[in-house]
Amino acid sequence: MAKEVSEKKEKSQYQGRIHQMQKDLMARWMAELEQAAENNEPTACLLVAGSNLAILLRCLGIHQVYPELNSLQLAIRKQSLPYIQIAEEKGYSTDVCSYVKADVGAFFSGNMSSLGTKLPKPTLVLSCFSGCNVYIKWFEHIAAYTGAPLYVIDVPFIRSGEGPCPEDIDYVVSQLKEVIEICEKMSGKKLDYDQLRESLVLAREMERSWLEIKELTKNIPSPYDDYFDCITLMGPLVAYRGTPEGVEFFHTALKEFEERVRLGIGPIPKERFRMVVESAPPYPYFRTFRDLFTRWGACAVGATYTTPQPPEFLHDPERPLESLAEYPIQIFTNRGLVQRYQLLEKYVRERSADALIIHSVKSCRLFSVGHGDMREYFSKKLYIPTLMLESDLEDPRYFSEAQMRNRVDAFFEVLEHKKYLAGKTIESHAT
Amino acid sequence: MDFESLIAQCREMIDNPLHPEVLSWKEKTGGKAVGYFPVYSPLEIVYANGMLPVGIMGGGNKLDVERADSYFGSFVCSIVKSTTELALRGDLKYLDGIFFHSICDAARNLSFVFKRNFSPQLFVEYIHFPQNPSSPSAVKYLVSELERVRKKLEEVNGRPMTEENLKQSIHAYNENRRLMQNLYRIKAEAPHLLSTPEAYLLTSVGNWLPPEDHSMILRAALEEVPKRKIRPRDKIRVVLEGSFCEQPPLELLEVVDEAGCYIVDDDLLLGRRWYEEEIPLDGNPVHSLAESYINRARYSSVSHDWRRPRSQRLVERVKQSGATAVVFCIAKFCEPALLDYPLFKDVLEREGIPHVSLEFEEKMWTFETLKTSVETFVESILFD
Ligand code: SF4
Ligand code: SF4
Repeated sequence: MAKEVSEKKEKSQYQGRIHQMQKDLMARWMAELEQAAENNEPTACLLVAGSNLAILLRCLGIHQVYPELNSLQLAIRKQSLPYIQIAEEKGYSTDVCSYVKADVGAFFSGNMSSLGTKLPKPTLVLSCFSGCNVYIKWFEHIAAYTGAPLYVIDVPFIRSGEGPCPEDIDYVVSQLKEVIEICEKMSGKKLDYDQLRESLVLAREMERSWLEIKELTKNIPSPYDDYFDCITLMGPLVAYRGTPEGVEFFHTALKEFEERVRLGIGPIPKERFRMVVESAPPYPYFRTFRDLFTRWGACAVGATYTTPQPPEFLHDPERPLESLAEYPIQIFTNRGLVQRYQLLEKYVRERSADALIIHSVKSCRLFSVGHGDMREYFSKKLYIPTLMLESDLEDPRYFSEAQMRNRVDAFFEVLEHKKYLAGKTIESHAT
Repeated sequence: MDFESLIAQCREMIDNPLHPEVLSWKEKTGGKAVGYFPVYSPLEIVYANGMLPVGIMGGGNKLDVERADSYFGSFVCSIVKSTTELALRGDLKYLDGIFFHSICDAARNLSFVFKRNFSPQLFVEYIHFPQNPSSPSAVKYLVSELERVRKKLEEVNGRPMTEENLKQSIHAYNENRRLMQNLYRIKAEAPHLLSTPEAYLLTSVGNWLPPEDHSMILRAALEEVPKRKIRPRDKIRVVLEGSFCEQPPLELLEVVDEAGCYIVDDDLLLGRRWYEEEIPLDGNPVHSLAESYINRARYSSVSHDWRRPRSQRLVERVKQSGATAVVFCIAKFCEPALLDYPLFKDVLEREGIPHVSLEFEEKMWTFETLKTSVETFVESILFD
């Protein structure tokens, strides 16, 4: 009983001002989409990895819907399973990406969002696939089911050296020009490059604040959880990039987090462990999953999943199309595993983390194929305590709470013991 | 050599995991051997550099995957694991390098697992093939990518490749593909004379041989096949779809055959038969290769071309080959094939073409259930 009470108290409390701001912004965004659906305004389906193209689309008078965000919302509101099953009845295998299945199921159930609002049918299906090959298929399916034209921006993977080669950027820029032409025809509006530059200035300002916010996790305690809380910040980044509202939101967020640093406030009463997390969370059990760590006083100080934009990247208004092209090419999902290891290692080192947690998402190969190798590398080569858990980001059938809790507890018990011993060594050195 | 001895020879070659023919080629020529993971790889450029391209098509059903399992998650196809197992066991020692391609997320991550664990002894390259062939800029991009590959190979080899080298290589592969196509033509026209397992054996030995040597085997087979005395049987004609990357066990192909199907067209070892038209030899050969990839390639679940959707092309193939049904033969966890299935299924249903779907793994031993489902399917068509 006593334990239960203390657990309850230790549960996370992330209730700042921006929390409400975020809610309002997202609600407004959903309402606008509903309005667009009613008025039959031009809308494009877009992916989060290439979501910087929203800046371009907005200038062209085209709304954006994100099937991924819809899948995410369905999962977090525990509505995904029936939709997944509808897709499986249509011939989708139990073993393919469950994000796709939830979206397809929802489409065939009236194209409703998790809030019950009607989503607009796309006038253009625009896949900018950044690393995940499933995106290509997914959008191909949406196009087939909706009858809307499909354009796939082919984003070459970063495959030799550290960055993209100039030919890759040229290739994406040429494709962007084709997209602009298609959109101009669709909305009857010519692209105003001055307006695009202005939007890019705003986007850059948002991105600058975002990067500063990320740096704050170096503080002990970290002012927010860079996995669980940061996912919430990603909504406005995606939906409002390049807008004054977006800038205002991120300015406010930065100030708020700086204030928390000054006051030494973290998301949990006492930060006892700092972790870096790899891969997407199990959305159908988001809260439960979070609490598995919170009860140990573990706070995420870095995560690949919440690195939705290329590290250190800022849009450059002076090179509008090149800069728009470089974003999806440089994002971490478009880089090899070895570069992902480097990013994770950097987070662990720079943000003084105690451990790496890998949540291996069964139906997402982009993240999960090679996770065993990753664990081996971090634990055996870098000597960083590493825990690997497995479930799914959308399909609740793969989540076993008891089993997961046992594994998390066992891991942190050992970690605690190690910390205790390390502390003792320091003490004995001191005396 | 008569047909049966030819097949026995191919079988022997396939069953020896050490592939002495690659080693003897290396000894004889002093050249390097470069592996390629499915599906298509620009073999023409590799061979033009004086290197032997070697098809790495997984571990088959005799390999025990012991160590490689722990490198990957549980939702991963067999070929990714077995290829790693081969490397961990040292069974790929005869290779100097290996290519992976932008076919799926699993293969891409695998290439980086290879990079981390097996390079620099093995150079590992990842090729990004264009996924937007309808863009006018796709050819230009692919030329730049093939030039990158060419430079890499020249660097490894320490000597340049001439245009003439590449033209000769393209010519050898054009000829090799033409012969395989002839083999497939027989399979479609007189399927009783050449079974799919036999055609498969004849095709797959090309994985370890230079194209000219493989072509010699094919020519011998093409001469012998018409002499065979086998009577046609009452079977349905089917197209096999979905085995473009991980390869089903030979026994599975035999079972489909025994269950009453003539497989008149398939996508087995697809990379070796990627072009059904010749790659033009006039003009710049790198450009020809790139342009052929964009405009003349076979359709496949790992490449995308919306100018002619895959589902439409599947229907076309069924009609062209005079098949009455489609047998999907998909590797477990193969996402490109599994995700193509719903769209294929829709169009086949619309066209009134019956289909059955089978799932396989490299290491499969019993085929009884599978056989029963194909038999039931065949009966439903024959007695309809
Ligand atoms: S495979 Fe992974 S990254 Fe790709 S769409 Fe599915 S969940 Fe997203
Ligand atoms: S079998 Fe399918 S999933 Fe596996 S590597 Fe090949 S294409 Fe990718």
